[in-house]
Amino acid sequence: MNDRCTEGCFFLTGKDFTNAGAASSNLKEILESLGIRPDIVRRTAIASFEAEMNVIIYAVAGMMQYSITPEMIRLVIQDMGPGIKDIDLAMKEGYSTAPDYIREMGFGSGMGLPNIKKNADTLNVSSVYGEGTTLEFIIYLTKPSQEGP
Amino acid sequence: MTLEDIRKRLGAVVLSRNGDMTIAIEKAYCADLMSDVLAFSMTNSLLVTGLTNAQVIRTAEIADIKAIVFVQSKRPDIETIAMADEKRIPLMVTSCSMFDACGMLYEQGLRCEPDRSHSNE
Repeated sequence: MNDRCTEGCFFLTGKDFTNAGAASSNLKEILESLGIRPDIVRRTAIASFEAEMNVIIYAVAGMMQYSITPEMIRLVIQDMGPGIKDIDLAMKEGYSTAPDYIREMGFGSGMGLPNIKKNADTLNVSSVYGEGTTLEFIIYLTKPSQEGP
Repeated sequence: MTLEDIRKRLGAVVLSRNGDMTIAIEKAYCADLMSDVLAFSMTNSLLVTGLTNAQVIRTAEIADIKAIVFVQSKRPDIETIAMADEKRIPLMVTSCSMFDACGMLYEQGLRCEPDRSHSNE
């Protein structure tokens, strides 16, 4: 990977389930094309996909910005959505406000934010109830591999 | 074991047009909750599921799932199969229940082992 910073942005449309995941799929291809380690690509893609699905499910629209440097991958996902009333509660596994039709699609089980936290090295969530939510997470590229036994 | 071995064991039908049935599969995960697949599945696994929408293919792509078996004769629509073809994720459908399909694959040596190399914990 060269020393340059790769940046870009995807626009997300709420309730567009046909294209839900397309931004994360594109991001994954970009990361692979930059030669980033497969386990880091997977962690980033999973965190990004969960964040993207949150926008599709809950918000009217949103934006996913990425910047990739030799040191880190940084994603900022901003949405115009209902906002999160209680962020601590939303971070708990299993807590969800998703309606049934979302659950029937296999999402909305209350694993989204916890799963983003699990895969990212840092996560910041800020939200104004009634206005929208911004997620920022970083995954470092320079940490040693954590291959298990 | 190969995907073709799995197909034979489950009496499954291949839905993909260009799926490579010779690829080796060592791990499997089953769920209808895609959030669980994202949270707990391992890379290069087989996914056994009863959910047939396009989100399953997206999830498989994101989580590096190698192939998908749909249970209870549930078939995805043509657009979903086309998406899987494009992503080169082979699809199969079996009449077995989730329980039976997983039991047969477990008997054949497939396991769902936690992979700690893909989280920051």
